Amino acid sequence: MTTNDLIARLSAELKPVSRFAVIRRVLMGLGLSLIASAVLMWMWLGMRADLADAATTMPFWSKFFYTLILAAAATWAVKRIAHPLGSIGVSLGVIAATIVVMIILALVQMAMSPPEEYMAMLKGRSVAVCTFNIVMLSLPLLVGGLWVLRGLAPTRLAVAGAAAGLAAGAIAAFVYSFHCSESAMPFIAVWYTLGVLVPGLIGAITGRYILRW
Amino acid sequence: MHSVETRLKELMLASLAGDARSYGVLLDDVARHLRAYFLRRLADAHKGDADDLVQETLMALHTRRATYEVDRPFTAWLHAIARYKLIDHFRRNRIRATVPLDDVEDLFVQDQSDVTADRMDVERLLQSAPERSRDLIYRTKIQGQSIAEVAQSTGLSETSVKVSIHRGLRAITARLKGHANDDK
Repeated sequence: MTTNDLIARLSAELKPVSRFAVIRRVLMGLGLSLIASAVLMWMWLGMRADLADAATTMPFWSKFFYTLILAAAATWAVKRIAHPLGSIGVSLGVIAATIVVMIILALVQMAMSPPEEYMAMLKGRSVAVCTFNIVMLSLPLLVGGLWVLRGLAPTRLAVAGAAAGLAAGAIAAFVYSFHCSESAMPFIAVWYTLGVLVPGLIGAITGRYILRW
Repeated sequence: MHSVETRLKELMLASLAGDARSYGVLLDDVARHLRAYFLRRLADAHKGDADDLVQETLMALHTRRATYEVDRPFTAWLHAIARYKLIDHFRRNRIRATVPLDDVEDLFVQDQSDVTADRMDVERLLQSAPERSRDLIYRTKIQGQSIAEVAQSTGLSETSVKVSIHRGLRAITARLKGHANDDK
């Protein structure tokens, strides 16, 4: 096909494009995978039995807002990196600052507790499964995030994959917080954060291959 | 002033709104820019890929046109896509910017200025020798022929060759000394 034929064909099939097409695709892709991840959590792990009581306590809302802020920042990162020349500096700054605040809160809580409780605060009752469960719940979201980016135009593929992975991890951690009954800040600061970062790493590694266009 | 950026951006905005005519003009214009862009960056052996790259980039522009943000320069967006396609092309075809070691001499410019300057000095100095002895000095001192060879080929006796060379060299020496004096 000659270039002129191609141009004629592309002009013939032109449709108007909304200014919000990119953000709509990001929200739709991640939203659908959020539903998939939530269903998976429900079937596999189940909601915590004491959800109504927990909803009146501080630790529940700490997890809720910690993961929600990370999820929002990482979703914005996916939106930004979907454009050629896109950069995720601002989002990474917000994510880093949020994690730092969480670590400070954890240290404050430890400082107010006797040293013999430190280990219990770090290990809780679910240390063996917390990060693993979050990573599992992030898999449908990672697929969704990478699908979102494949239809757009990221030019730095590893960074784009990392953004999709961080978003997947953060949203999965948000979903998981409705199952998890841990309440100590140090536990959240370590294992939830790891649950966000591991999918980010998986995304960075696979993105280089999966995201090519 | 109606720059390329202003023109193309107007066409792109109209295209995003669904104006097929503007879109055709835009793609036509962009195709020409892209062709020049890729031809400049492909090695001679790969110039044939330029048209494929142009078409691939046009396809990418089309399917991913939603990623153009209207408050940013169009040409920067286009360049980012073209650059991505070019790098992807290099990666897929495992093209590396390498040169075989044998050709490396062609790659670096050699400094010939010393050699050239020396030759000019010699030629200028020879001018100061009597005309008869110039050729003789050149053949014996620079080309390295023997007195006997020169004598034979010029038909002169060996003695007169030697005398002529001697006179010539003396003239040159005088010229050099004169120069040295000038410098003082």
